[in-house]
Amino acid sequence: MSVNLHTQRADPAPPPSRTGRRHTRPPNSFWSRLDLKAMPYFLISPYFLLFAIFGLFPLVFTLWVSMQDYGLAGGEASFTGLDNYTKLLADTDFWNAVVNTVGIFVLATVPQLVLALLLANALNKRLRGRLFIRLGVLLPLVTSVVAVAIVFTQLYGRDFGLFNWLLDALGVDKHIDWQSAKWSSWTAIATMVDWRWTGYNAIIYLAGMQTIPRELYEAASIDGATPRRQFWSITLPMIRPTIMFTVFVSTIGGLTLFAEPVMFASNRMDGGTTGQFQTIAMYIVEQGFRNFDYGYAAAAAWLLFVLILLGVAINYTFVRRIGGAK
Amino acid sequence: MTNKARRGKMLAVASVMTAALGVTAACSSGDSGDTAGSAGTSSAAAEKITLTLQTFGGGTNFGYKAAVEKWNADHPNVQVKYNNLTDSFENVYWPQMLQWLQSGTGAGDVVGIDEGGMGLAKARPQFFTDLGQYGLQSRQADFPAWKWENGINSEGKLFALGTDVGGMSICYRTDLFKKAGLPTDRDEVSKLWSGGWDDFIKAGQDFQAKVKDAKFVDSVNTIYNVVLSQESAKNGNVTYFDKDQQLIVDKNPAVKTAFDFTQKISQAGLTAKLQNFTDPWNTGFVKSQFATLGCPGWMLGVVSGTAGDEFKGKWDVATVPGGGGNWGGSWLAVPKQSKHPKEAAELASYLTSPEAQLMAFKEGGNLPSTIPAQDNPELQSATNEYFNNAPIGKIFGPSIKSLQPTFLGEKHAQVKREVEQVVTGMDQGSVPYADAWQKFVEAGQKAAG
Repeated sequence: MSVNLHTQRADPAPPPSRTGRRHTRPPNSFWSRLDLKAMPYFLISPYFLLFAIFGLFPLVFTLWVSMQDYGLAGGEASFTGLDNYTKLLADTDFWNAVVNTVGIFVLATVPQLVLALLLANALNKRLRGRLFIRLGVLLPLVTSVVAVAIVFTQLYGRDFGLFNWLLDALGVDKHIDWQSAKWSSWTAIATMVDWRWTGYNAIIYLAGMQTIPRELYEAASIDGATPRRQFWSITLPMIRPTIMFTVFVSTIGGLTLFAEPVMFASNRMDGGTTGQFQTIAMYIVEQGFRNFDYGYAAAAAWLLFVLILLGVAINYTFVRRIGGAK
Repeated sequence: MTNKARRGKMLAVASVMTAALGVTAACSSGDSGDTAGSAGTSSAAAEKITLTLQTFGGGTNFGYKAAVEKWNADHPNVQVKYNNLTDSFENVYWPQMLQWLQSGTGAGDVVGIDEGGMGLAKARPQFFTDLGQYGLQSRQADFPAWKWENGINSEGKLFALGTDVGGMSICYRTDLFKKAGLPTDRDEVSKLWSGGWDDFIKAGQDFQAKVKDAKFVDSVNTIYNVVLSQESAKNGNVTYFDKDQQLIVDKNPAVKTAFDFTQKISQAGLTAKLQNFTDPWNTGFVKSQFATLGCPGWMLGVVSGTAGDEFKGKWDVATVPGGGGNWGGSWLAVPKQSKHPKEAAELASYLTSPEAQLMAFKEGGNLPSTIPAQDNPELQSATNEYFNNAPIGKIFGPSIKSLQPTFLGEKHAQVKREVEQVVTGMDQGSVPYADAWQKFVEAGQKAAG
């Protein structure tokens, strides 16, 4: 991952065992040289092997598939070059899915990260039962995504959902059909995402905040800086790499959003009657496994890949400015 | 999925397809992975094997509970695991099944196929076992010609046997009708709309004037399918595709008539704005959100199975306005991947036998497709306890023998799925009424590719 994670944390010292070994064996033996040169690669190879099998191969294979025209299930395939891509770029349904995905991503991620930051800042203070609260914040993460989505989908039920019941109690007498409009369905899905991930990001921020040396705060308070000023001028710039990490990971997660909107759509891939909340991932599955147009789905998957790279790049330029530091 | 992809951006994308695969598989079937596998390992003993029967549908679905119990009692060495995977054929079951058939693993030994999937199934002989090699050609005399012929694939081989057919009726809630001051007796109710669908809307408006907390009909797509099946019988028995597999969604008057009626009933405000075979629709039964729904024979089992015992006796069955129609009806096939094709073929033959079809009829109301079962006096005199002892034999009996087969194209399931989304969207307000027909046609054209 290209995330720059240089924080104040000291990197673990290089393992001393290597030098220790060198003394026990003749220095110019073949095995010793192999041990020195090849062993490190061998030891890290499992990751790269797994990556090649489960990462690189599917990626390349998908590229190959995306240049084919598959018929319905069991039909023949034929090479069509970039046809799928040109067709896709002119497909309004695909762009609808892109708009939905980006919309839900913004609606979910911005409040999520801001909230997580505030939460982490609060958790970083001396609180009664601090450990308990910190664990509690992380609790939603251990629930299954599908379970969260099912429960929330019921809460957002049109006729018997809790949210409409609450709105009813507040005097809104028209029941909102959450699935039927873009704004309402996006909001509903964004809350599902946030419920599950805000605590997770808060804990990561908290970990980042704890690496900031106390002296900085002490010096600042002696100089008369308010807690707010300390937050903006010390905390935020110091945890910028952590923020960058969470933004990248949320971008990837947000742009590949799938389980929540699918459950919200009663297990369908079309995301509402007019695709109000069909995300790109759902669109890919719909094309690939509902309409059995594998080539088209593969092309969409590649475009999603490009979109994620783009999203990460844009966010990088944004986040770099945080705290206005160097 | 958020935040999980720590391995890197590249992996995240690559895993979309895999993750998607996993999720869909997980949603539609819990434990289908072990379908035929268990049999091979235990064969050393007394050759005891397990066959998996996969079906779809709400409520009692295929109505095979009693029939399977009987089989299991009679065949201690060939046990059947009856697995109803999901409510929804076009959206969940069929795509999943095609995926299994294509990948060569996952499908059961005997699988149910709805009429909407038969066009594609016939065109893919590589997926299914030739049942003729197990002597099942002998079953031909049991079936009406159309039901039999639809089980013959493009290579001329028999691959599927018919289960039920879809005669038509209207199911209604007597207690809600009473509340609305409408007659509750089924003959009088039938008379309410004996003049056709316009009378049905008129009755609905009378109902809605008195009852505020329930709607007259469940959803637009149930009633849409009822009218479409009736209209297609008047228009050459085709719906979205003509017999040359050409898309005629914009040209077939049957489709337009069904659409227009659906729009009318939606604009009259008579629908509960649900979508059939979804959770909110299932909840609607229990919460009494609607008073009527279009009921092909198999729908009786959906109603009784979904609404449950609490509503026993509160439902009744009246005749349908607008004449007969044939919506639904299924077939059983044996996938090529089955490890026990001979036993599976036997099971398929048993489950489609007149005897088992009558059992399914008693269990779920699924109307038998075999002639001996249709002629059976037991069927003619049958009543349904759940539906206030309605004489369903008398209501459906006369019509099922004259049912017309509807021709459904290879891509029928796909097109049906998409156009019905527009119909539902129109009812729920996300598609304006004025644009609905155009959107409907576009959705159909897009789905047909």
